[in-house]
Amino acid sequence: MPHINLPKEYPGIRSLFIYRPETAAPLNGLVQQLLYSPHPTLSQGERELIATYVSSLNHCKYCSTIHGAIAKHHLHNGNVVEKVKANPDDAPISKKLKSLMKIAGKVQISGKEVLPSDIEAARNEGATDIEIHDTVLIAATFCMFNRYVDGLATWAPDDLEVYDRMGKQRAEEGYLTPPFKIKS
Amino acid sequence: MAHIQVPEGVPGIRSLVMFRPETGQYLYELAQVLLRGESPLSEAERELIAAYVSSHNDCVFCMSSHAAAARYLFKDKKQLVDFVLTDYQSAPISNKLKALLNIAGKVQVNGKNVLPEDVEEARRQGAIDRDIHDTVLLAATFSMFNRYVDGLASFTPTDPQAYEEMGVRLGEKGYALPHNS
Repeated sequence: MPHINLPKEYPGIRSLFIYRPETAAPLNGLVQQLLYSPHPTLSQGERELIATYVSSLNHCKYCSTIHGAIAKHHLHNGNVVEKVKANPDDAPISKKLKSLMKIAGKVQISGKEVLPSDIEAARNEGATDIEIHDTVLIAATFCMFNRYVDGLATWAPDDLEVYDRMGKQRAEEGYLTPPFKIKS
Repeated sequence: MAHIQVPEGVPGIRSLVMFRPETGQYLYELAQVLLRGESPLSEAERELIAAYVSSHNDCVFCMSSHAAAARYLFKDKKQLVDFVLTDYQSAPISNKLKALLNIAGKVQVNGKNVLPEDVEEARRQGAIDRDIHDTVLLAATFSMFNRYVDGLASFTPTDPQAYEEMGVRLGEKGYALPHNS
């Protein structure tokens, strides 16, 4: 049961967005810009994989499952999502994305863990300043969302089919359209 | 030196949002709503929670700038900021604020660490849903800002005077997106 009185029809972050629309607006704008809006080089699927990986390191069931589902719909590949969650180094992704995942994993622990050598390794794989910036900010942002969602003990459904439907909606529509009710 | 090419001499988060205003606009809007918008917690208390979480994350830039903003906003009670950052349990603050700082400290580690008894204790001390919500979101948000600022190794001034000036600016003007000149 959530720690505060939240709308019961919606899970996770969606229940918090409805509870407090004033903070929902910039939070949802941020995630739309980071994960969905056009990016010069990183695909929507790649950015969702970074969000999924960080959420899984934070053991946030709601965020890791929903972003995993969104990534799966973007990439038309559920296997790569599972492999990234298990270990990005063994996943079928580019060397550049692996080097960015390494940076994201360090940010999840603390920003200070990111060393010049990590940045250099990413640059050697062709990573640009914007890619490094967005990787750090996606990782930092999900360290926020994971804490917000779990710190208030929001509802995380058990049924994977629910996440698949929500994930399809977000992959198709982005983050700004209204959510559908999970419970009536 | 920062890990990416940000404007030189501009400290912390400001240099990062100038590099990428597309995301920066939402970060500043979030800070303004969360720290200056309507809330049962005073602006000074919210800045204090931000400084407390940033000190747990060992983020010198965020801790120093938000502690300075809290000192400015607490006015003649400004010495309690350093009491709280050293040991909030013995600081001259309300039991409600202590219970909320306990929750913020747990969120800093992981959201799951917040237990029903932590929330019950805050309610016993008079906290309502919005106090608890704002505390958790503040702690979560600074767990983001701290990682963003340090993860890109942005410039952290060492001169205390620089932070005092930031504290005055944040206290008087709040959070407005800086523009590239």
